[in-house]
Amino acid sequence: MKHIKTISGRSLNKTVCNSGCGECQTSCQSACKTSCTVGNQKCENDK
Amino acid sequence: MGIHKFHLNGKNIVLDVNSGSVHVVDELVFDILDFYKESTLEDIILKLENRYDKSDIKEAYKEIKKLEDEELLYSKDHYEKHFNYKDQNIVKALCLHVAHDCNLNCKYCFASQGNYSGKRELMPLDVGKKALEFLVKNSRNRKNLDVDFFGGEPLLNFEVVKELVIYGRKLQDEYDKNISFTITTNGLLLDDEKIDFINEHMENVVLSLDGRKEVHDKMRPTINNKGSYDLIVQKFKKLIEKRGNKDYFIRGTFTRDNLDFSKDVLHYKELGFDVTSLEPVVCDPNEDYSLLEEHIEKILEEYEKLSKEYIKINKSGERFIFYHFVIDLDQGPCVIRRVTGCGAGSNYLAVTPSGDLYPCHQFVDQPQFKIGDVFNGIIREDLRDKFRSVNIYTKEECKDCWAKFYCSGGCMANAYYINKDITKPYKLGCAMEKKRIECALSIAANLKD
Ligand code: SF4
Ligand code: SF4
Repeated sequence: MKHIKTISGRSLNKTVCNSGCGECQTSCQSACKTSCTVGNQKCENDK
Repeated sequence: MGIHKFHLNGKNIVLDVNSGSVHVVDELVFDILDFYKESTLEDIILKLENRYDKSDIKEAYKEIKKLEDEELLYSKDHYEKHFNYKDQNIVKALCLHVAHDCNLNCKYCFASQGNYSGKRELMPLDVGKKALEFLVKNSRNRKNLDVDFFGGEPLLNFEVVKELVIYGRKLQDEYDKNISFTITTNGLLLDDEKIDFINEHMENVVLSLDGRKEVHDKMRPTINNKGSYDLIVQKFKKLIEKRGNKDYFIRGTFTRDNLDFSKDVLHYKELGFDVTSLEPVVCDPNEDYSLLEEHIEKILEEYEKLSKEYIKINKSGERFIFYHFVIDLDQGPCVIRRVTGCGAGSNYLAVTPSGDLYPCHQFVDQPQFKIGDVFNGIIREDLRDKFRSVNIYTKEECKDCWAKFYCSGGCMANAYYINKDITKPYKLGCAMEKKRIECALSIAANLKD
């Protein structure tokens, strides 16, 4: 494509199949203690 | 809603909200997208032909159309119907307030001047043990569990912390679990013995530092009203140096006194601390350090400023991490996780020194939020249900927010303290969160070049 560069494809859809195993870290625990951003969390199935 | 587009750090970025696709586009596509959904190609040409070549407009339009057909732009939300909010009575993380007491006098402390509404209290060993038993027994088939030693200052009760780690290891073998321990400390009491224990047994350690010396010392004085910066920076350096590859975070809070907080984050870098987070203070708006509407413009600018430096540093090959600027575009957490957020009050609970359970560390000692205790388990099922039912689809503001799959609906404690309702997001928090996500996306786009 000339006008558009896709830097990330269907990343959310991809996660549906192993969704909800619940093994990942609780976000508030790990760093900030005052917010719940999860966009930066790691998926335990992806390690 | 469908998409969110913005310009930052030299990139025109388009996020497709529901698929999570991210595109970097040229000016032309960026402009077409203003009209794309409502207008025909002919109309768009009429609107833009004074600025762009007609054949270019057609070509760009085609590219947009192709991505739309492939569900990489304007895709639909396929997730909501898959959710089953029941069957979630699983506890997998505890915040243990092992000491409601502190050797600092931080102005904004959760522990309000180190005395938690007047009571100084250390958690007895048997209460801690009960809490760990409660955790493993209520975690059902979850294998990975988190325990955070928190306070006040947990090093004031370090013997109990040590015993609890040992007991936790025993329980995890018995119940076939994997407990990951974290400790959050202000560092004052760190010595070689404690550093070695923490480095050996804690998967993560959160070290509290607010940034530049004058900023830190103003907000985080010792009980005798002296600064604490000089005392702790050396200790943190030593701990991190000895820690090897294990995780740590340098974590601070910013207030209206340091709205130029990008300098504080960069100060972490100068000190050699490369995994960092700095959080906006959340407190009663009447406090003289609170963040108010009138500060927001400066704060958002400051995040942008930081993102520029961040790109420079990371492009030069150095490693530097600011928690909110990390975004995993290839996968990241699953959708369920993104929808349900922090899990406070359901998967995650806080335990007071006497064993009372609260939805999270920010609700501790608010009597109406006491949800149970470690001896009897959850007593207030209604409260647990209430917390569990809060997610990005059940909150009006979040449902239509472009940031929802990254933010996960914000902090319920902030929502409660500002709006007296855990389902009403804190507006300033939303503005900051959205800016941080834009920064993170623009950083990812720049680092992919
Ligand atoms: S909390 Fe605010 S920023 Fe987050 S998803 Fe809800 S409305 Fe959006
Ligand atoms: S409610 Fe807020 S402070 Fe509590 S766990 Fe959730 S994000 Fe963290």
